[in-house]
Amino acid sequence: MNDIFWMGEYGTYVWTAYSITLFVFGLNIFMTYREKHKIKKLLKTLRDEST
Amino acid sequence: MFFKLGLDWLGKNFLSPKMFYANTTKLLPWLAILFMSFFCYGLIDGLFYAPADYQQGDGFRIIYVHVPSAFTGMAIYAVMAVCAVITLVWRIKIAAICMSCSASIGAWFTFLALVTGSIWGKSMWGTWWIWDARLTSVLILLFLYLGFIALQSVIDNQQTKERASALIAMVGVINLPIIHYSVIWWNTLHQGPTISQFAAPSIAPTMLYPLLAMIAAFLFFYGWMVLTRMRSQILLREMKTEWVKKIYE
Repeated sequence: MNDIFWMGEYGTYVWTAYSITLFVFGLNIFMTYREKHKIKKLLKTLRDEST
Repeated sequence: MFFKLGLDWLGKNFLSPKMFYANTTKLLPWLAILFMSFFCYGLIDGLFYAPADYQQGDGFRIIYVHVPSAFTGMAIYAVMAVCAVITLVWRIKIAAICMSCSASIGAWFTFLALVTGSIWGKSMWGTWWIWDARLTSVLILLFLYLGFIALQSVIDNQQTKERASALIAMVGVINLPIIHYSVIWWNTLHQGPTISQFAAPSIAPTMLYPLLAMIAAFLFFYGWMVLTRMRSQILLREMKTEWVKKIYE
């Protein structure tokens, strides 16, 4: 278990690179779905105003 | 004959915003599932099962996030350049929407390639950054993406915005072969191209399979994100049309 965590002497570099990658993926998903919900909300507001 | 039939099919099913929206509804969950499957396999196999490199030890495992990021960043720019040509020549709305929705995703992947490359460089070369041909040309790619995004945000007129940004996408595509061949044309610290060396077995299959899986995962992720963004933009642009009004009735 310790070997997997430390990865020889490169653990810090490897885990940092993977953590940043996961963060960027998460951020992209968050931004994409936030934009989607904003647009859907806007369209619903426009529909309510017109009726 | 078949080419014309194919073009007709594409035109009927994907080139009008209404049909594109309808036909991509079922595609999204599949892209998400494919992304998750390849990503989990690539991550687990790459981190825990692939053997350590004989020179770089476990430090080489950064390859499983660095190479897919760089590959996807370049592939997205190529997609944008194709969309730019279609936008300028045929003025197809979907191509313009695809181009603008791809830009920020491509910028994030290029940023990721630079950051993970920098971390890998620090562990192997002892420095975060050098003005090497490969690193500099990828940095130029990031600037091209940022220039494209900035241009899109400052121009209000939709048609002018699409044409101006399409020009940037087309001109910038010259940077893609420069990035790919930079390690061959110039003496650099960066290692040779990983992808094109697959023909000669310079990388062991046990190391290669998780890399291919991660590249597939990154491409599926791009597909998932870009389609979701495109569908949102289509709703926004077509909000006054009957078919969009019907969705919200």
